[in-house]
Amino acid sequence: MLSRTADNLFWIARYMERAETSARLLEVGSRISLLPSAQGYRNEWDAILRSTDTQDPFTRKYGEAVQRNIESYMFFDRDNPSSVASCITQARENGRIVRTALTSQVWDALNTAFQDLREIERTPRSKLELSRLTDWTMKQAAMVRGAIDATLLRGDGYNFLNLGYALERGDATARLMDVKYYVLLPRMGVGSGIDNDQWSMMLRALSLHRAFHWAYGGEVTAAKIAHFLILNPHCPRALITCVSAANNHLGRLAKLYGKSGAAQAQAEALQAELDRLSPELIFEEGLHEFLGRFIRQTAGIAGMVHETYLSGDMR
Amino acid sequence: MTQSFNEMYLDDTVRAPYARLEAWMRAMPADLRIQKQAEAEALFRRIGITFAVYGEGGDPDRLIPFDMFPRVFTHNEWARLERGIKQRARALNAFLVDVYGRGEIIRAGRIPANLVYQNAAYEKAVAGFVPSKGVYSHIVGIDIVRTGPTEFFVLEDNCRTPSGVSYMLESREMMMRMFPDLFRENRIEPVDRYHELLRRTLASVAPAKCDHEPTVVILTPGHFNSAYYEHSFLADLMGVELVEGQDLFVEGEFVYMRTTQGPKRVDVIYRRIDDAFIAPLCFRPDSMLGVPGLMDVYRSGGVSICSAPGAGVADDKAVYTFVPEMVRFYLGEEPILNNVPTWQCGKSDDLKYVLDQLPELVVKEVHGSGGYGMLVGPKSTKDQIEMFRAKIVKDPGNYIAQPTLALSATPTFVAEGVAPRHVDLRPYCLVGERIELVPGGLTRVALTEGSLVVNSSQGGGVKDTWVLAE
Repeated sequence: MLSRTADNLFWIARYMERAETSARLLEVGSRISLLPSAQGYRNEWDAILRSTDTQDPFTRKYGEAVQRNIESYMFFDRDNPSSVASCITQARENGRIVRTALTSQVWDALNTAFQDLREIERTPRSKLELSRLTDWTMKQAAMVRGAIDATLLRGDGYNFLNLGYALERGDATARLMDVKYYVLLPRMGVGSGIDNDQWSMMLRALSLHRAFHWAYGGEVTAAKIAHFLILNPHCPRALITCVSAANNHLGRLAKLYGKSGAAQAQAEALQAELDRLSPELIFEEGLHEFLGRFIRQTAGIAGMVHETYLSGDMR
Repeated sequence: MTQSFNEMYLDDTVRAPYARLEAWMRAMPADLRIQKQAEAEALFRRIGITFAVYGEGGDPDRLIPFDMFPRVFTHNEWARLERGIKQRARALNAFLVDVYGRGEIIRAGRIPANLVYQNAAYEKAVAGFVPSKGVYSHIVGIDIVRTGPTEFFVLEDNCRTPSGVSYMLESREMMMRMFPDLFRENRIEPVDRYHELLRRTLASVAPAKCDHEPTVVILTPGHFNSAYYEHSFLADLMGVELVEGQDLFVEGEFVYMRTTQGPKRVDVIYRRIDDAFIAPLCFRPDSMLGVPGLMDVYRSGGVSICSAPGAGVADDKAVYTFVPEMVRFYLGEEPILNNVPTWQCGKSDDLKYVLDQLPELVVKEVHGSGGYGMLVGPKSTKDQIEMFRAKIVKDPGNYIAQPTLALSATPTFVAEGVAPRHVDLRPYCLVGERIELVPGGLTRVALTEGSLVVNSSQGGGVKDTWVLAE
């Protein structure tokens, strides 16, 4: 497979997952903002922006972090590379470039998302509920994902796509949790009622609310949630699940190509570390610190994937 | 201008090849037609067949308009066209081998030397080099217009990278999907062998140094190119990689592509580079296509390039006039397909005639394409004609003129129902070890009433083209 093709596939997955993350962040933000805020703060939206490292460009363009502006920025704004509109357009453009590496079903899903998006952009904003936008985004992401799983040849292209998904999703879960961390930190102690409400909101936004209760039962506690979203291999968005998926696909590539490299080594090391961790150890390190470190580590693996397979420099 | 030939009606009777279609048309209710048209458009958009026009801005995903009314040739009409097209493709290739070799046709005084050797498309860097199997132009697109029951003329030849074949294939897919009954009632020759023939043609011209199953790639300028869809479509059908210049590199005496498993040797490059990209090639052959060293590998027989560098000199509009002469000179045959009479504004007698008759003529730039920079005299205002006259006078050598042909018209769906619209035809002749032509081609239709400009860049549409089985 051409290196450039592998690169495009990797990024189709990352963009689609990122579109979904932006939608989920919007959903978390709007749900949190519906909670009674005794302190009168509206910092929840700021936190959302902080989690994507986009606070500065946002403030320069829109000023105040109110829902409508955030919606514009995170869903529609083409100047924001992580907005749903930017991501879906990019994913589709990458797909267009590598049409030959996709089945018509996968292309159809990508292209339909893009065509729908243009329809949405022509619709007056007053007719667009936030929930409709986020539902739509998640549905499109699911369609693309489903088409890939149902129709794509299990060759190297499939592995590069899934590698993109795994690394992006791990990054996204870590960032989503970090939002929660920010919301909590300045003003309340762990374990308060509001705290748990907000954690539940996050689970809802991840579509994991029921799954959590099936898996754990009883009271929602910070330790349970940390375990669920970080260390539980049954949770589809848990960091450990994502790292294990990345490992799996890197392993398949190594087998396919008959050689293993730095990306494999680093992913295996990260997996081994997660296998040894417990919620207590994570809180000891500090949740925010741990998440920051995780985000850097997955970025490191992505960098090595690029160097090894996607840059085409391997001779 | 005389009355143009209507391919469906002759003196108020329906011509035989269109008989069933006429009944189909009459039986189709307006709402079904509108529904089908919308369905076709949605399908085209979903598949992603779009066409971007350079410099026009607007919708980058503009659809090329698709007309559902097929254009039909009988078996016998096609048989003659096929002989004529293949004959022409052979002559053009013989000409190219000759002018990069001994130049016999010039020595024989049949074509002026300066027209060839001074031509901007003449590639000095390949003089003396004979490409694999002696083929320069592997895909020859010959634009043909019809003016009567048996009158066909060649409007121009495209020896470099004629585009549009994806529309031929997709239009057929669309019609078979939407109107399967039509294909049961009419016996229509299939065109779906095209990609297999193309792959075989490209593989057949692998260079001498290739001692294995040749690796073929399509080289595209990239996804911003207006024909990108076609490039990826063909790569997909043939199961070959679609590469950009950055994916290729030269090492030693071969060309390689960068893959996730390291370098892989490339034997045949089907390059789809527009004229705009080809221009620098004449001056800096080694930087051509952005792959340093490619020309050295090419000249030493390490890789084949299709169409071969230098092929453009055969489809120049000034050289066009001499194609019938090439047929006689190289093949010893009389041309089956005629040229449109052409005046060279560079010749003083011709120029005088052209300037006198300007309102009646079509004038084109010698190196222009895509329907840009042309004058259709009878369809232009006095001011437009005068403006063009000034341009011709300023640089006569840059223009040729032809009579305004009464292009045939075929029934076409328009807002009010069905009406005749002018059409042309571009078949795609494949030249490798063998010479092949699928029965069909791209019919382009000028959708504006009375318009003679069928180019997709000028608002033309496409139709499915049928050749009836015997």
